[in-house]
Amino acid sequence: MTTDIIIHDKKDNVGVVVIEKITPKQDCACWIMEDDSSTNIQSVDEIPLGHKIAMVDLNEGDTILKYGHDIGKVVKSIKKGEHVHVHNVKTKKW
Amino acid sequence: MEIPKSFLGYKRENSRVGTRNHVIILPVDDISNACAEAVANNIKGTIALPHSYGRLQFGADLDLHFRTIIGTGCNPNVAAVIVIGIEPKWTKKIVDGIAKTGKPVEGFHIERTGDIGTTMKASKKAQEFVMWASEKQREECPLSDLWISVKCGESDTTSGLASNPTVGNLMDKLEPLGVHLCFGETSELTGAEQVCAARGATKEASEKFMKTWSSYNDFILKEATNDLSESQPTAGNIAGGLTTIEEKAFGNFQKIGNCKFIDVLEPAEEPTKGKGLYFMDTSSAAAECVTLQAAAGFNIHLFPTGQGNIVGNPIEPVIKLTANPLTVKGMGEHIDCDVSKILSREMNLSEAGDELIKTTLRVANGRLTCAEALGHKEFVMTKLYRSA
Repeated sequence: MTTDIIIHDKKDNVGVVVIEKITPKQDCACWIMEDDSSTNIQSVDEIPLGHKIAMVDLNEGDTILKYGHDIGKVVKSIKKGEHVHVHNVKTKKW
Repeated sequence: MEIPKSFLGYKRENSRVGTRNHVIILPVDDISNACAEAVANNIKGTIALPHSYGRLQFGADLDLHFRTIIGTGCNPNVAAVIVIGIEPKWTKKIVDGIAKTGKPVEGFHIERTGDIGTTMKASKKAQEFVMWASEKQREECPLSDLWISVKCGESDTTSGLASNPTVGNLMDKLEPLGVHLCFGETSELTGAEQVCAARGATKEASEKFMKTWSSYNDFILKEATNDLSESQPTAGNIAGGLTTIEEKAFGNFQKIGNCKFIDVLEPAEEPTKGKGLYFMDTSSAAAECVTLQAAAGFNIHLFPTGQGNIVGNPIEPVIKLTANPLTVKGMGEHIDCDVSKILSREMNLSEAGDELIKTTLRVANGRLTCAEALGHKEFVMTKLYRSA
């Protein structure tokens, strides 16, 4: 079975696409590295290799978790299955 | 996998062990590069380490210069050293620093003799050294004689997903066996600095890390003309899917696995607290970082890459690994260990860690790295500020 998305930590609310791209309404197989478990998600957007997908609905001000850690804040609400990147997430650092 | 208990290395006079047996021609300063390179051309099996600095430096910057040059000569991957400088005083200071290891070292200064006379005298000594070193044999040494440094470069999301955690898995497996380990890259831990500080084995180590990182951050806040949102992460990082500096930092941080660091080192400072993991205050530029780690005595380097960094070092073998299948396909001649099957779940992290341990031991035993075979010997000094 191919893996479409890899998630680092069980706590993460985003996953990373590891195939060339996923297309809208694709049923994606996800692998959680931390405990070698699996889950599924249906995509909303087209998302290229290496880019992130929201695993849950996220509201403005929410924290993005990857590697089990805070990697930035949501600046525009994101639906489960949508593309997560610089257009809707910003650093908390600068 | 059962981890081998030993490897074949070169035992040195001060009981350190080398994975290589280099005879180096070490210039004190930039203007002695030509003479050092002439000697290395004359005498086969020697290697010159040209660099750009060593004149009119002062204070902490000069201290770092000496620490880097002397540390490079002291590295156990080096059997013997010829030092060449323009003036006698600094040349002697470096010779005396290296001589404390007990290895053969001799210095030559160019003033009053010129390049040609100095080249002749230094070449005669270099020939003697290289023929002596050529009789050295590899001997069985415990794994704890490995001093492993790590640094990642040309990172993309595959680095944080797979190649950096593979290095972390190796650290988790080798740390209990008594190896020395070192990570650096102060700037690229921004965003993960609190989590990194919490990995200090003692309160002192944690506080020392925060002091080091804060000093860097203060410098950035002072010098930056705007925020760093377009530099960290870079446009290339963003195209590859990295969104924030925090995300990049946590990817970077995967390299230390679950280990705790026992001390924080100045650039090029030799660790003195025994086996275990150390953090070194370094640049995040590949060649600068590896040069500093080699000068601190590390004898083998692990370098995970995403898009394909090609860096090497003249004395410390640099092992490249990647999880990006396009990098393996497009520039495989630079990749020593392919862990791209992690992404397709044909390999798990522990299997990848085992593969990296096998590769590391083969290189420690003498197999050339891709960077060595391709002639990469980047020796890049870190300069702290302008000269006098």
